[in-house]
Amino acid sequence: MKYWRKPLDADSKRAPHGCVHVILERCKGCGFCITYCPRHVLESSPEFNRKGYHPPIEIHPELCVDCKLCEAICPEFAIWNTPVKETTSEEVTHSGK
Amino acid sequence: MGSSGTAVLTGAHYLDGDYACAEGAIAAGCRIFAGYPITPSTEIAERIAKRFPTVGGTFIQMEDELASMAAVLGAVWGGAKAMTVTSGPGFSLMQENIGLGMMTETPCVVVDVQRGGPSTGLPTLTGQQDMMQARWGSHGDYEVIALSPSSPQECFDLTITCFNLAEKYRLPVLFMMDECVGHMTEKVVIPEPGRIDVWPRRWYRGPKEEYRPYLPDKDGVPPMVKAGEDYRFHVTGLTHDERGYPVINAECQKRCVTRLSTKIRENADDIMIIEEDEFVRNGSADVVVVAYGISARVATKAIDEARARGVKVGLLRLITVWPFPEKKIHDLAGKVKCLVMPEINLGQMYREMQRAAEGRCKTALVPHCGGWVHDPSDILAAIMENSK
Amino acid sequence: MSTPVTVAPNQSAHHPLDEFLRTDRIPHIWCPTCGLGTVLNSFLTAIKDSGIPRQDIAVVSGIGCTGRTAGYVWLDSFHTTHGRALPFATGLKVANPKLKIVVISGDGDLVAIGGNHLIHAARRNMDMTVICVNNFNYAMTGGQFGPTTPRKAKLTTAPYGSYEHPFNLPFLVESCGATYVARWTALHVRQVQTSFREALHHRGFSFVEVISPCPTVYGRRNQLGSGLDISMYYRDNSVVKHNADTRECDIRYQESIIVGRFVQKEKPTYLDTMNEYLTETLGSKYTPYQGPMSDGD
Repeated sequence: MKYWRKPLDADSKRAPHGCVHVILERCKGCGFCITYCPRHVLESSPEFNRKGYHPPIEIHPELCVDCKLCEAICPEFAIWNTPVKETTSEEVTHSGK
Repeated sequence: MGSSGTAVLTGAHYLDGDYACAEGAIAAGCRIFAGYPITPSTEIAERIAKRFPTVGGTFIQMEDELASMAAVLGAVWGGAKAMTVTSGPGFSLMQENIGLGMMTETPCVVVDVQRGGPSTGLPTLTGQQDMMQARWGSHGDYEVIALSPSSPQECFDLTITCFNLAEKYRLPVLFMMDECVGHMTEKVVIPEPGRIDVWPRRWYRGPKEEYRPYLPDKDGVPPMVKAGEDYRFHVTGLTHDERGYPVINAECQKRCVTRLSTKIRENADDIMIIEEDEFVRNGSADVVVVAYGISARVATKAIDEARARGVKVGLLRLITVWPFPEKKIHDLAGKVKCLVMPEINLGQMYREMQRAAEGRCKTALVPHCGGWVHDPSDILAAIMENSK
Repeated sequence: MSTPVTVAPNQSAHHPLDEFLRTDRIPHIWCPTCGLGTVLNSFLTAIKDSGIPRQDIAVVSGIGCTGRTAGYVWLDSFHTTHGRALPFATGLKVANPKLKIVVISGDGDLVAIGGNHLIHAARRNMDMTVICVNNFNYAMTGGQFGPTTPRKAKLTTAPYGSYEHPFNLPFLVESCGATYVARWTALHVRQVQTSFREALHHRGFSFVEVISPCPTVYGRRNQLGSGLDISMYYRDNSVVKHNADTRECDIRYQESIIVGRFVQKEKPTYLDTMNEYLTETLGSKYTPYQGPMSDGD
């Protein structure tokens, strides 16, 4: 995200950061989480689970902001977020799209 | 176990069968009624609509019979005793959910005040034409308990028995009244609440985490719970295992469905209620009239006349019509010349009687298409002809 | 190529909603990319966030793909006969008015065979929440058309395309007396969660229609792609219009869909009116229903 100037509270405001958990055997490879993640954190794994589906993997774990959209959208209850340390908004600015 | 206090109208009354049935339900502790008006059962619903708000019951008139039966099942799982009433056409509509009640083992009472059929038939006139439908009405294999009253007094007493049997064996019990008994007005004596035997529901009392909705007790019947107590149980009409989870295979079908039949068959002797006169009891009868409902009363006139003419004839009155008292009939068939069955249909329970007799004696049917009761002289003719 | 994903091992994996799921029956039977799993996810999130004690919630469903929902929620749940979930729920409610009853069923179950019960439950303003998952066909039986199938859609019993006029569900239930009516697509997850929560807390007949992708039958028979394609289509063609006039909320085949919260009003429920009226007419003679039997009865 591009700012026209550095926000006054850039040092004090923290963007949330999250990490993704996946229960591999529950995934049915629907692709909802991969398509709808607003930060494009996920991609389909080259590995597959017992049923032959390709679960998601994090390709940009640093971009996850714990928004829980993947958790809300997954039909299989296979993916969820937990919060990790917060990053500063500057760090998010530099690495985000 | 006594029944609840002020709801019971202790005393002697002059009531018709329908009203007596309503009072029986109230005395048995029924407090939810969901129904749809249909002649000749409407009076039961009307009496309940009037009485329930004063005795702590909820009456709800549903949009059709399908909804009525579904609502009754829901009310039972909500923790109440519930009942519905209907006649032939409505009974047909209720079959699917009666089947659901059988599969989910939901205790409740369904009253069918029979009238002439098939289809719309004779809405205001009597019949006994739904007897086989009571047994086989819904699809699939299951056993039923069905009772048949012969008087308004029995309409009161046997409604309570229906509720008791429903709770003990966990199924919808069918009360097969007929229009004649339903609309007949006679003396009905209602005892004090403490003298009315009302059986409690078979509640589960073990630890919550060990509860299995369909794990039976020794008599083949599982105890039940109600919604709202954090048991978090699942009930389904699909073939299910003891956890209540659907399991779609032949093995589970065998375990699940066989028990629905065996819990009744193995307890058939306990469930059976019959009335036999001394000719039947002491084995001296040459002819026995086997009858139920209003036909049994009509038969007594023919029997008296036959006895006056010297025939040794007895009466076996079926009060529980299902399960059919096969052993009783089989034994009796070995001792008599003929079993005569008058019924207001073209031969329904007669087939059961024939089957149970296994050719050990003659059997005779006195059919009647419906619309009125038998002429006693027809029954008399059958007795006389078969007494030689 | 990528940082290894944090994966919780199967044995100790606990999705935040596992406390409301019968995890011994997961994975569920619904197809990959079916919207039902997402609807269930939204529902469980809504009940978790609603603050309603879990023992007070009972789920009733009918027959069909959506009807299987009752088997997956770890609450008192009832899987009843086709079309009869609503009257069963009515009986359950009058027997125990404290219960919060949620009927989750599909378009065929609630609106075709169950249509009569839908209109009467709405008319009575029975206090319950109805979640109607609309995938425009009878999916479980292989994809037959139903009363919500848009004209021209092809299905097995409409092999040349359906020529029947479909129902406009928000209009139908509003006209019958429903007091909370909303429609979303399955992928409007946040809005669906909010609507479910509002519907749960609403006193009266709440109806939430959730348009859901059915890739295996409706999608395949009309060559609409996977559930992901269909749901993206629904998302891209949804128009949010809160308080829209429900008369204008028809759904035409592959055209835009109006979503939003259409009706939210207060009206006495069935049991409210029953109690008030009988108190007024019978006075002290009125003895209200005392609730379900205790274990001693």
